Amino acid sequence: MAGPSDVDVDLSVAYVDATVPAADYLVALPVIAPLIMGAFLLMLRRQPHIQPMVAGITLAAVFLGNIVLALRVAESGPVFMAMGRWLPPFGISFNGDALGVFMALTSSLVALVCVIYSARSINGDGRRYGFYPFLLLLTAGVSGAFLTADIFNLYVWFEVLLISSFGLIVLGNSHEQLDGAVKYAFLNLIATTLFLIGVGYTYGLFGTLNMADLTLRIAESPDAPTGTLMMIFVFAFAMKAAAFPLNFWLPASYHTPNIVTSAIFAALLTKVGIYALLRLGGMLFPAAFGTFQDVLLWVAILTSLLGAAGALASSDIRKMLGFLVLSGIGAMFVGIAVASPDGVHGAVLYAVHSILVMAALYLAAGVIGRMTGSFDLRSVGGLYRASPFFAAMFLILVFAISGLPPFSGFWPKVLLVRAAMTAGEAWLTAAYLLSSFIAMIAIGRVWLFAFWRNGQQDGSEVAIQPLSLADQRAFLTPIAVLVVVIVGIGIIADPAVYMAGIAAAGLFDPTAYITAISPVAP
Amino acid sequence: METVLAVLIGIYFAASIYLMLSRHIIRLLLGAALLSNAVNLLIFTAGRLVHEVPPVVPYGLYAPEAVTANPLPQALVLTAIVIAFSIFAFLLVLAMRAYQVLGTDDTDHMRIAEPIETPRPPQGY
Repeated sequence: MAGPSDVDVDLSVAYVDATVPAADYLVALPVIAPLIMGAFLLMLRRQPHIQPMVAGITLAAVFLGNIVLALRVAESGPVFMAMGRWLPPFGISFNGDALGVFMALTSSLVALVCVIYSARSINGDGRRYGFYPFLLLLTAGVSGAFLTADIFNLYVWFEVLLISSFGLIVLGNSHEQLDGAVKYAFLNLIATTLFLIGVGYTYGLFGTLNMADLTLRIAESPDAPTGTLMMIFVFAFAMKAAAFPLNFWLPASYHTPNIVTSAIFAALLTKVGIYALLRLGGMLFPAAFGTFQDVLLWVAILTSLLGAAGALASSDIRKMLGFLVLSGIGAMFVGIAVASPDGVHGAVLYAVHSILVMAALYLAAGVIGRMTGSFDLRSVGGLYRASPFFAAMFLILVFAISGLPPFSGFWPKVLLVRAAMTAGEAWLTAAYLLSSFIAMIAIGRVWLFAFWRNGQQDGSEVAIQPLSLADQRAFLTPIAVLVVVIVGIGIIADPAVYMAGIAAAGLFDPTAYITAISPVAP
Repeated sequence: METVLAVLIGIYFAASIYLMLSRHIIRLLLGAALLSNAVNLLIFTAGRLVHEVPPVVPYGLYAPEAVTANPLPQALVLTAIVIAFSIFAFLLVLAMRAYQVLGTDDTDHMRIAEPIETPRPPQGY
């Protein structure tokens, strides 16, 4: 090859000469492992019995890797890796900071737990049509979105998780699912396309796609029309996060698929929208984001109240949980709207808490449906007598989602209320507290009717299908794991609160994020 | 040239938004296809449009001699086209299945997942 070898080109500004230390690959592992194993599982579609095993082992490895990564990030700051050794802004790079790694760690735990639950609830058909490959690709997309340091790459991961979620939501092919999937698919596609518009304009304005590089260039050019850009991004991510008035796809679709799919969706998908809003609004465009405070304030108030009211009005437990997801999104928007370090701290911690609790609640709803044969509040009952252990776990989840001590919901609630009060937003505080009170009534009612009440609403007996021993192991263990983590965060709050704290601080002062990518640092 | 394309992109966006405001799935599909093309054109235009100047650095120099088109947006557009194409294929099949199964392509009548008359939860016990 006739290359210009005699021309003296200094490659070191664009290219990493040294070998990448093996430990740095940890930041790419949460994406690479599920991608490869997802493709591998597609080839194994005629061996449905080993699919859950392979998916479980992959996700367990990812979870362990994420723990190591999180410890390293907590100790020494963001972990950076340049793909193909091309340095930013030329190549795509991953940069795992506290926010991304914390969210990725929590998501991988939930994905792992859902795979354990699915081993007995996803039947041969679901496995043949690719439940596990879709699940792994979804995990890859979610982790990629949390860890990437390139906004076009962020868009690509959004599409990866979107297309895998399309596959999961139609799996089973019931009339309800097709109806829900049409609304889910179109509205999410529009949101993602809007995000792409924003990315196109950002590149046109600043000539770079790397987040660290962008942060510097945006701070240097106060005259750039960042307000317009931020409007597109806020619209796109609020739609992704299902914030009012862009929330209608969520209650229309989340109750239709298999309950494991619902659990994964409720735990992960909306939080990716919240994450992207925090990353772009909080770190990249802080000045422009500040002008949206008043709008976001109303979004927070209306989303949390609408979610709580919808939960109170639903008789189907799965639908009610969908509305509870909304009220949680409202709570995260409280922190985002206040935009003080305390508020964002609370929002990050709430996101982590919500990932865990919503997954556990959906899985528990699946067990309620399996034992009583119904998801309707009027015709469930008698579960306390059938399984006191399950009743106790559900009660803990009720307390956790309502934000009572000593469970994981309490600490983010304290932070959010304190941040809203410090900012002098009395109405916001009142709306948030009212919404979480109504949500507590709604979810507490499920415990009252499904567990405490012995018969159906009209007094007739509920024909309870007791769980076999194998069923108990498969269905109650995953919920128990999540409950242990939820109680653990509630009692030993320090690690989670600390991690969320450095995540929020990293958004307000991105020096560490930028210096992890040395060549573009000032 | 950029001005012409900017106007064209505006027309694309207007048409796609008009189509997507419809209740009928088939129009929504056409709107989504137009929307993704509008975005692709937008990114393409953002990378400068230059006639017949290859973005190649001549031998012995560090930068191209003339102003060239930026090849990176074109790479982005390629990625976006592939993604939009695959998602559009999925949406087509989904819309067709929904039409076969639900018997309508009017979103106002697609109310199986969200019936208008939903039962109220029990008031007390």
